Amino acid sequence: MSAHPKTHGLYDAQKVWRDFPILAREVHGRPLVFLDSAASSQRPRSVIEAVDAYERQHHANVHRGVYQLSQEATAMFEHARERVRGFVNAASTREVIFTRGTTEAINLVAQSWGRNQLKRGDEILLTALEHHANIVPWQLVAEQTGAVVKVVPMDRRGVVSIDDVAASLTDRTRIVACAHVSNALGTVLPVREITRLAHARGALVLLDGAQAVPHQAVDLAELGCDFYAFSAHKMYGPTGIGVLVGREALLEAMPPWQGGGDMILTVSFEKTTYNELPFKFEAGTPHISGAVGLAAAIDYIESLGLDNIHAHEQRLLADATRALLRVPGLEIIGTAPDKAAVISFTLEGIHPHDLGTILDAEGVAVRTGHHCAMPVMEFFNVPATARASFACYSRDSDIDALTGALARAREVFF
Amino acid sequence: MDLKDLYREVILDHNKSPRLYGKLEPADSSADGHNPLCGDRLHISVRLDGDRVSDLRFEGKGCAISVASASMMCEAVKGKRRDDIAHLFHEIHTVLTQHDAPVPEDLGKLAALSGVREFPVRVKCASLCWHTLNAALERSAATVKTE
Repeated sequence: MSAHPKTHGLYDAQKVWRDFPILAREVHGRPLVFLDSAASSQRPRSVIEAVDAYERQHHANVHRGVYQLSQEATAMFEHARERVRGFVNAASTREVIFTRGTTEAINLVAQSWGRNQLKRGDEILLTALEHHANIVPWQLVAEQTGAVVKVVPMDRRGVVSIDDVAASLTDRTRIVACAHVSNALGTVLPVREITRLAHARGALVLLDGAQAVPHQAVDLAELGCDFYAFSAHKMYGPTGIGVLVGREALLEAMPPWQGGGDMILTVSFEKTTYNELPFKFEAGTPHISGAVGLAAAIDYIESLGLDNIHAHEQRLLADATRALLRVPGLEIIGTAPDKAAVISFTLEGIHPHDLGTILDAEGVAVRTGHHCAMPVMEFFNVPATARASFACYSRDSDIDALTGALARAREVFF
Repeated sequence: MDLKDLYREVILDHNKSPRLYGKLEPADSSADGHNPLCGDRLHISVRLDGDRVSDLRFEGKGCAISVASASMMCEAVKGKRRDDIAHLFHEIHTVLTQHDAPVPEDLGKLAALSGVREFPVRVKCASLCWHTLNAALERSAATVKTE
C-alpha cells in the first residue's frame, strides 16, 4: 500500500469528522481526541437517526404479527440482513445470522459445529495473535470433546507466516480459527492463503473479522472461508449486534445452538421442528434496532467508500508511525509490513496505565492494557501496551494531539 | 482534574527508586497480588517478630501508582504491630475511596496517595499492595485479587 495514495486529496476527513456528533465534545476541558476505535468506534449521525426513527416510528416484534408495525419492523430487519449479505458478498441471506457480536458468533460455531463434530485428538488450529474471543470458546469445546488446541507461532514483528501455518496443519486439523486483522498488533493475516492451505488438508476455516470489516473491503466469495464473524460496533454501528456468515451446507447440517422462539416451526412437548436458515440460529427476539443501525452503518461506509477509508487510514498509519518513532523511548509493538491502522506501543519508564491517565487528562482517549490478548503481551514480554487506533474520522491533528500528550507524559515523569 | 494531584513528587520518587524492593528469604509469610484488569503483579514477603512486622519486601511490576504505593506502604508498616497496620489500612482505604474524607495527619507520606481518589479507575492500583500485605499477614498463600 502506497503511503500517499491519490485519494488523499478527495477524502475530506474534516467533513467525515463532522458526521460524528460525539467527536465535538470536550473531555476534562480539552477537545476529545478519540483514538480507541479498535475497541469500539463512534456512530455517525445517520446511524443514530436511523435507530431513532426505527424506535419512534416502526418498532414491533419481528416475524410474528400480521399488523402493519410488525410488518415494517420485519421488513427493516430483513433489509438489514440483505445489506450485510451484500457488504461482505455472502452467497445468500440464509448464510447471514445475527448474533450479539463476534464473540457470540465464534461461540455459536464452537458449540454447534465443534461440539458435535470434534472427536478426541482432533486439532483446532489458532494463531499466536488471537483475541481471547477466538481462544476461549475453542478451549471450552476442546475440554468438552477431547480435541486439542494448537497454535501457529508468530515472529517478532507479529507476522504469522504461511510456512508456519502449513507446518502446523495436520490430518487431524478440523478447523483453523484465526483473526483477519489482529486487534492488539494491527497485523493483517494472509487469510486467503491460510484458507487455501486449510482446505487442501480438509480443515474448515473461521475468520474473526471484527477488526477487518471497518477498514478494508471483504469479499467472502473471494476469501472462500467457511465462517466469518464480525461486530457492528467496530464499524460505526450499535453495540450488541454482530454477524456470523456461514457456508449454507455447513449451517444446514449444524444443530441449533440456543432454543426459543423464532427458531422453531412447530413445538409440542414431544417434538419440536426447527425453523429454516438463518432463523434456526436466532432464538428469541433479536436486536432489531441494532440491525437497523448496522444497515445504516453499512450505508455510511459505502457512501465514503471502503477503498477511500482504507487509503486514508493507511496514510494516517504511516504518518503516526513516523511521528511516534520520534518520541524518545517509544517502542512500537507489532511491526508487520501489512498492518491496519492500529499502533500498540510502550514508552520506556512510564507504565501504559500511567500513560493512559495522562493522555486522558489531555483529552486523548487510547486503550491501555492487554487488549484481551494476554498471550500476545506475554510473547512480547510486556505487561500491557498503550494502543492508538484510527478510523474514517481520524485526522492529522489527532496525531499531533497524541504526540503532544506523550510529550506531556514525559514532562510529568522525567 | 489535575495530574499533579495524582503524580506528586513523592509518588514519582518512590516509583523511580522503590524502597524495600526485593524478596526476603527465608520469610515467615508471603503473598501474591494480581490485578487482572491491568496485569499488575506483586509479591510481598514479611518477617514477623511476635505481632510485629520486623521486616518486609515487595517486588513486582506495575504502574507508578501501584509501585509507589507498595514502596511507601513497606516503609510505613516496617516495625509496626498488626493492630497499627490494620488501622493504617483502614485509614488509607477511607482516603482512597471516600471523596470528602479528611486526610488523617498520622498518615505521613501515605497522604500523598489521596489524589488517587479523583481518578476512580486507579484506586485499585494503590490498594493492591495493602490487600496483598493483608493476605500475607493472614498467612494466606492464595493469590489475592482487588475485585
